[in-house]
Amino acid sequence: MVTELGHFALILAFLVAIFQTIVPLVGAQKRWSGWMAVAEPAASAQFLLTAFSFAALTYAFVTSDFSLRLVTLNSHSAKPLIYKISGTWGNHEGSMLLWVLIVAFFGAMAAWFGGGLPPTLRARVLGVQAAIGVAFFAFIIFTSNPFLRLAVPPFDGQDLNPLLQDPGLALHPPFLYMGYVGLSMAFSFAVAALLEGRVDAAWGRWVRPWTLAAWVFLTIGIALGSWWAYYELGWGGFWFWDPVENASFMPWLLAAALLHSAIVVEKRESLKSWTILLAILAFGFSLIGTFIVRSGLLTSVHAFANDPERGVFILMILGFFMGGALVLFAARANVMEAKGVFGVVSRESALIANNVLLAVSCFVVFIGTMWPLVAEMLFDRKLSVGPPFFNMAFTPFMVVLGLILPVGAMMPWKRARIGKALWPLRYIFVLAVVIAGLVWAMQTGRSLIGPLGAFLGAWLVMGAAADLKFRIGSSSLGRLLRLPRADWGKAVAHAGLGVTMLGVAGLTSWQQEDIRVAQVDQPFEVGGYTLTLTDVQEVEGPNYLSTMGFIKLEQNGQMIAQLRPEKRIYPVAQMPTTEAGIDYNLGRDVYVVIGDPQQGGGWAVRTYIKPLTNWIWIGSGLMAFGGLLSLSDRRFRVAAGNRKTAATPVPAE
Amino acid sequence: MMRCLIIGAAILLASAALALDPSEMLDDPQLEARARALDHDIRCVVCQSEALASSNAEWAREARGIIRERILAGDSDAEVRAFFVERYGEFVLMTPPGTGSNLILWAAGPLMLLLAGGIAFVYLRGRERPESATDTGLSAEETKRLKEILKE
Repeated sequence: MVTELGHFALILAFLVAIFQTIVPLVGAQKRWSGWMAVAEPAASAQFLLTAFSFAALTYAFVTSDFSLRLVTLNSHSAKPLIYKISGTWGNHEGSMLLWVLIVAFFGAMAAWFGGGLPPTLRARVLGVQAAIGVAFFAFIIFTSNPFLRLAVPPFDGQDLNPLLQDPGLALHPPFLYMGYVGLSMAFSFAVAALLEGRVDAAWGRWVRPWTLAAWVFLTIGIALGSWWAYYELGWGGFWFWDPVENASFMPWLLAAALLHSAIVVEKRESLKSWTILLAILAFGFSLIGTFIVRSGLLTSVHAFANDPERGVFILMILGFFMGGALVLFAARANVMEAKGVFGVVSRESALIANNVLLAVSCFVVFIGTMWPLVAEMLFDRKLSVGPPFFNMAFTPFMVVLGLILPVGAMMPWKRARIGKALWPLRYIFVLAVVIAGLVWAMQTGRSLIGPLGAFLGAWLVMGAAADLKFRIGSSSLGRLLRLPRADWGKAVAHAGLGVTMLGVAGLTSWQQEDIRVAQVDQPFEVGGYTLTLTDVQEVEGPNYLSTMGFIKLEQNGQMIAQLRPEKRIYPVAQMPTTEAGIDYNLGRDVYVVIGDPQQGGGWAVRTYIKPLTNWIWIGSGLMAFGGLLSLSDRRFRVAAGNRKTAATPVPAE
Repeated sequence: MMRCLIIGAAILLASAALALDPSEMLDDPQLEARARALDHDIRCVVCQSEALASSNAEWAREARGIIRERILAGDSDAEVRAFFVERYGEFVLMTPPGTGSNLILWAAGPLMLLLAGGIAFVYLRGRERPESATDTGLSAEETKRLKEILKE
């Protein structure tokens, strides 16, 4: 019964979305205020109906209603409750429902908090947002309906993919989708502004909080996924350049670029056409990501719906929205005339450099991801593009970005002098170089990545501190606390980038690996640590069987930790997983995995010493936190849609 | 990684091996280090974009064995790679060789950077000396209207 109501609500939401697309857009064109005004209640209704539909599906998963095809395929009665809930979006149909729920949610947020927007712009934003909803409602109802029943319900389900039965991964998709779909707001604002024929400083200010929110969610989602891969996949990598990881990384790069270019639109009324284009492309890459995951074109661990029919449907959605928006973009090029005047050396140009680097690095990831396909179709070459390519082709962009970031952040608007921006950073630069030199001298291998990462980490973190100090000038430190939160957000996020770079460099250049047969109670040494396998036991979990090793970790005779690496088998899904035993520490992780029993006695044990690894996620957390700080800045709250506060004048040098 | 397990799980449930097993390793640590580097350069052909090093598939295990055999037989790293390319095509290499049409792939990033940098520079020069109408901060329409008002 609840299921049927959920199904019905989904169809109703589809109809409401169609209504919300047509009526406000026509109303805005004809200036009929009544037609425009229906957008808000429609957005609320669409959201509530979708939320009810999603709740109905969740209910079916929680109560293990195996008459539902989807529940049978992806759940099991013995599964812990949290994974019954997360199982709702651990499959293609359910995750699409979550996707469209978030589209509706963002639309409703714009309706509720967009009171200050001009009525025509608001009506258009909500209309475009609803159009995106229509496309995905249709996709769900016609190709991926989650509410289909089975004629003969089985006694129990086939269980969720055990890899997905993990707290980190339970939360990874919702955050990622909040990010992906959050970019639809930037897209809706861009298209609405083009329809409106007006792109100005106020637009830059309205679109920024949405982009920032989407970027924060993407950051958290990607970091969660990467952390999960680190502890779950059994050898402690954090990034694999897998097509689907790239699919989430490309929108992140473009969202970061959009975030910065929208500042130029807001403060300086320049870079408008580029910013609009970025807003369109960022959402385009979200759709491409969806397409890559769902079409099975590029298969990977994430691809849960390898169905050409669905792929073609998403390709049509992509073609319609990108094609339509780009045609509109070309037709309205005249409304995006730049106004601000600035020198070749200025904050504007530093932000343009940021955009060039981020956009080109996104392009590199894109071409690397698509190249196997292109090479096969055009050149009849079957080849692979693996991590070595991406590491080589992508990393230089990030190094240059890190190098110029602190300088650009110090530059004033309009006209700057390089020397003047560099001067306050002189000690920091020297100190960062000294740190890199020390690291170079201390390390045993001759890797360049390690010292470079140490330099960039120190340079970015101290550069962010210098930026804050520069803001308060010569006044007392107490003024620090009274700085706008946006300034703090900027500093924290930039420092976070440095911290992540340091972590990545530490892990890639100084990791130690040891693979051996460990005999019970015979200690062995790895990188200054003594490990002893004391016992191996068979343990029964709620829905799995586990082989658990007990490993004592000691250093200089001091007991540090008791590690419990596991090898699990999920009998229902017929799948093994590994659970690494990890001793977390800010300096290094000791990462232990247990393997098979050996013929001559003993167990295969893999031990890794992973220096600085946690900083990768601490840095990501700082980036997200910096974004949230900026988001909570007074200017965004007060001016969320106040046209009077258009271009904030910026004093010249 | 686990990707291959997803495919191979049903068949190989009993031998849920970790990627590289101690029994596969060479005794000489230097040769083994070379072999492990090669494990990362050569992909598992039955997996999805996954290197030999992390794969659990049976095929990958055999391929790791072959790498070690070739090394013991005195092959250089390049010869081991060539051995695999000969049998499985360039598909087997994790890093696409920069030959022929692959030059597009390798050059795409730098070329795009030059192009984008060039456009950005031209734009910046334009911003420095903008057309007279816009440096007042007024649009053409606004300027026209201003002229009308001043005329009156």
